Amino acid sequence: MTYPVSYLAVMFFVVFVALVLGLSFYFARKTKTASGYFAAGGTIHWGVNGIAFAGDYLSAASFLGICGMIAFSGYDGFLYSIGYLAGWIVALFIIAEPMKRMGKFTFTDALDSKFNSKGIQLMAAISTLIVSICYLIPQMVGAGALVKPLLGLEHWVGVLIVGTIVIIIVATAGMTSTTYVQFIKGGLLILFSTILTVSLIINGLHKKPSDEYHDFITLDAVFDGESYTPDSENYKFAGTAKVKDSEFVKLEKDGILTWWKVKGSEGSIILEEALSSTVKPDETVLYNGAPASEGRFFQVGHISKLIMNGKEVEKTGPLNPFSILSVIEDSEIVRFAKTSVKDGENKVTIWYQNPTPGKTIMRPGLKFKVDKGSTFWSKLNFVSLMLALFLGTASLPHILIRYYTVPSQRDARKSTIVAICGIGFFYILTLYMGLGAMTHGVLDLSSSNMSAPLLAKYFGVGLFSIISAIAFATVLGTVSGLIVASSGAIAHDLMDRFMGIKMTEKQKVFAGKVSAFGIGMIAIILGILFKGMNVSFLVGWAFAVAASANLPAIIMLLFWKKTTAKGIAASIFVGIVSALSIILLSPDMFARYGFDKASSPISLSQPGIISIPLSFLTLVVVSLMTQKQKEKA
Amino acid sequence: MQQHEAVELGEDKAAKFKSRVGLILFGVYSFIYAGFVFINTWSPETMGIKVAFGLNLAVFYGFFLIILAIVMGIIYNHYCTKMENKLNGEEEENKE
Repeated sequence: MTYPVSYLAVMFFVVFVALVLGLSFYFARKTKTASGYFAAGGTIHWGVNGIAFAGDYLSAASFLGICGMIAFSGYDGFLYSIGYLAGWIVALFIIAEPMKRMGKFTFTDALDSKFNSKGIQLMAAISTLIVSICYLIPQMVGAGALVKPLLGLEHWVGVLIVGTIVIIIVATAGMTSTTYVQFIKGGLLILFSTILTVSLIINGLHKKPSDEYHDFITLDAVFDGESYTPDSENYKFAGTAKVKDSEFVKLEKDGILTWWKVKGSEGSIILEEALSSTVKPDETVLYNGAPASEGRFFQVGHISKLIMNGKEVEKTGPLNPFSILSVIEDSEIVRFAKTSVKDGENKVTIWYQNPTPGKTIMRPGLKFKVDKGSTFWSKLNFVSLMLALFLGTASLPHILIRYYTVPSQRDARKSTIVAICGIGFFYILTLYMGLGAMTHGVLDLSSSNMSAPLLAKYFGVGLFSIISAIAFATVLGTVSGLIVASSGAIAHDLMDRFMGIKMTEKQKVFAGKVSAFGIGMIAIILGILFKGMNVSFLVGWAFAVAASANLPAIIMLLFWKKTTAKGIAASIFVGIVSALSIILLSPDMFARYGFDKASSPISLSQPGIISIPLSFLTLVVVSLMTQKQKEKA
Repeated sequence: MQQHEAVELGEDKAAKFKSRVGLILFGVYSFIYAGFVFINTWSPETMGIKVAFGLNLAVFYGFFLIILAIVMGIIYNHYCTKMENKLNGEEEENKE
């Protein structure tokens, strides 16, 4: 699908970038020490830090990914919101103040505060880099994916623009400029998501989302045993394709081929209009039989039965935050199911109408296999995911380093509460924005990530432009935080502490800036290399590795006096290896390799439920085995 | 090896109290979160039951978990601040 370039969105984005670059250069003159560069000198106000937490945490995966998932799979997408938010409870009640008390610039400092162990320094730095890079790649790919439809620029240009801006932000004033970028972005994201949600609720629900919405048609047809003859002279039969129990018919009209789903049985056959994309052998893609520029790939998502107070209506009028959810639950919404067929040498993806009761949309089961067709392993996968989300947040290095930017433990605690308020409120809004996109005829079936910006477009180009600019800013804020965390791992954990390279304060700042430049360049290259790949699953990897490698070490260091340095280093190592091994050998990854899912040696795709306890166990066993060394030390 | 702190922190006499309260609240929240995950996993049809304000249990419980996190955070901060002021002294705490 193609979108006209929004010059207003470009203007908003340029203003935002000019503002944050101006701030970066302003703060650069004040950043002369390692403390200033890596921890903003510990001078950030807790309120600013709290919103910056939100700006750091609410990545493209949260904003675009969750809204898109809710728009396509209903309530199951909202489960991510709940899991991501619940993780902040671990941060607040367990991690925040001890992290502030024990740490200096990086998460490694806190873990190593009692030991001065080379093993911890190395393993924690490696863990930081793995988690940060897993998180970084989807952000950069997302930047490229956003820039193409919104600004009409190529993918690599988008990645380069974001990468360059972020390198400048981080390499000028480090954590100080990063904090203000995240603060501004976090504030704008919450403000304009609220405006979008309020507009949605006041607008209410309509059976026909807009005058421009495409009316999907059906045709009566006769089947003669070989071909279908539609009851319309305009359409001619051009072929069929079968997928499991479903059959699709290709019809030709004015030289354009479209796909239709066969419904009904002999004697009363109906052909229902579907959407399709056809990839030809020369890699050209046709959308509904024509190039994307012809605009035949309609935006979709509508309510087929709108029920309010037990009666079917055409529109509801203004609603309130509760009644809009209640009406959606009582109604029936047309979602689109996706299937793939081979048509000669062409690869065809067909999206066909799938009317779904609101009751099914508003409860778990459309994405996660916990309901019909579920197995013990599919349920365990879900539990494992929810566990990783709960325990992963408080172990993400780019989140933890924000605790060093405030003056005191009290400020660390207060800023976490501000973060929970901002992030929690935003996650409630994701349910409305996702369901709004599902029911307002704005979905681009080829890209779920565009759901929130396209919903904004429904309410006017101005809101669309601002939301699109914020989407770019979202990438900038999160990537800045990740690059600061990575540069700290290289310059501070590895060079300064692990390798013991003697550096003056000025040299440490320089090493941090060079590391930020290097990580930024790697991010740009990976963002370009991974173009077109759906890499959002890497964020899940980051959570799983963080929860498995980092959290057991932090928790045991705080609450078990027998914890040793070797125990911590071993648990981080086992956490990383076990989490990544399970992921790489999982059925989901086997499908990505092009193998049969059933040939995977393990049945789990989410490693947390095994790798987290294993990491805890490793720490306990190794610590007990190394008690004598601890006493000698 | 000498590490350089971003800021120098004074002794926190309320640390034990805060840690204990934090653990209790964490346990309470974890139990409620585990209940949410348990029902979603093993009895998803229960999540479809309407409970209040026209919302089903799935949405109501989800909103409840988010709002509970905020409320528990505010309560936690209230008691921690009170104890910090009492044990560390307001002046000392402000210096931190």
